[in-house]
Amino acid sequence: MSLKQYKEVLVNPLIKENPITLQILGICSALAVTSNLNVTLIMCIALTSVVSLSNLFISIIRNYIPSSVRIIVQMTIIATLVILVDELLKAYDYETSKKLSVFVGLIITNCIVMGRAEAFAMKEKPFVSFLDGLGNGIGYSLILIGVAFIRELFGAGTLFGIPVFGDWYPTNNLLLLPPSSFIIIGLFIWLIRGYNNDQIEEDEFDLSKHSVAPNLNKRELNV
Amino acid sequence: MNETIMKTLGVTLGVCLLCSLFVSFTAVSLRDQQNTNKLNDKRVKILEAANIYDESMSVEDQFKNLEIRFLDFDTGETYREYKDFDIDKYDQLQSLRFSDQSKPVPADKDIAIIKNRENIGKIYFSTKDNQIDKLILPIRGYGLWGTLYGYIAIENDFNTVVGIEFYEHKETPGLGGEVDNPNWKNIWVGKEIYQSGDVKLQVIKGAVDQNMNDAKYMVDGLSGATLTSRGVSNMIEYWFSDSGYLKLLENFDYES
Repeated sequence: MSLKQYKEVLVNPLIKENPITLQILGICSALAVTSNLNVTLIMCIALTSVVSLSNLFISIIRNYIPSSVRIIVQMTIIATLVILVDELLKAYDYETSKKLSVFVGLIITNCIVMGRAEAFAMKEKPFVSFLDGLGNGIGYSLILIGVAFIRELFGAGTLFGIPVFGDWYPTNNLLLLPPSSFIIIGLFIWLIRGYNNDQIEEDEFDLSKHSVAPNLNKRELNV
Repeated sequence: MNETIMKTLGVTLGVCLLCSLFVSFTAVSLRDQQNTNKLNDKRVKILEAANIYDESMSVEDQFKNLEIRFLDFDTGETYREYKDFDIDKYDQLQSLRFSDQSKPVPADKDIAIIKNRENIGKIYFSTKDNQIDKLILPIRGYGLWGTLYGYIAIENDFNTVVGIEFYEHKETPGLGGEVDNPNWKNIWVGKEIYQSGDVKLQVIKGAVDQNMNDAKYMVDGLSGATLTSRGVSNMIEYWFSDSGYLKLLENFDYES
């Protein structure tokens, strides 16, 4: 593979093929852990390391995995990495690990990790798989950090827990609640597709034009 | 040939073995650090419950200012020393494993669903001018998914709540997990536990009408977490009853 292709594998998932905004994967954690930038950042690091390392390891043994048990083998590797991350967090950043609670464990079920393992790492060589995982992890992180930035700044008036706006700023509770991430992610998708037209999906069916109801008289309407 | 039975078994077993080695190695090598963190967190919760936690000071130093006593639940007596137990290291939850150090709670009295209660508890208090200031008592009880472990601190009238904190629970984040919400914990401050000798403090369903006569005995329920709220309520009822701390509070001699 040429250098250019390596670069493409790494850079494409950032915006062009972003796992959240194009594939709409892994948004569950985007809703749950984006009300505070500190927590979001740790989550992003955790997911990025899991997805890139799982891609690497799965790709190393890809030629030995029997296809009948491949999903189980992938899950075992992913689960191991997630447990390692969880244990490390508990040892070195106990506060954040308490705040993330179940969401670190839920990385196992994050569709991005499984998706990249199945779609990329099972076919490609280790190093390029690692890059693909890294790219997807960073793509996920970009969106999450963007969402968290908006939610924390306009929701609580703080960034990384440090007050940015003065006391005059009334906190916006809607932004602190999970549904607001849906709205913000929606806006991101709109923005990216507005700029990058080939992401726009074709309509699955044609909408017919508005029609005006025929001007019926009372007798025809049976009233 | 990847699809033979032997190969399938071999690869799965190999992967599992390797993964389990990694997991157990990390778990064992990080255990000490994790336990230190847990202990530290527990101590912070104890200090926070009594509302005396100062972030700028080390937890250990602040904790040294607290007095710790063994408590014999059956008699309500407290001791500075008890048998060969080390008061700093003694963990009453470990006592639950031994039948000579704990007793099963009779089913009709087990409202908090704790099953076993230790014979010897451990209580904390802060002092001011050689007088007891705040008393911090461990509590636990079943919520929805598991047992909630925490501390409740009371004033030296042994009736008014100073604060409540949970250091371990398995409740759903956002629902029962809201027991950690500072706004909810603040509701507890100033509530009273006993009314003419009976435990009256409880978590009710919905919000408390502040104009009601008994408002000082009631705490707002957590919406979407009826079972957790009920669990916390039962916990208070159990631990401040005769099987819990009532005997201690009736004649607590802190000098001894």
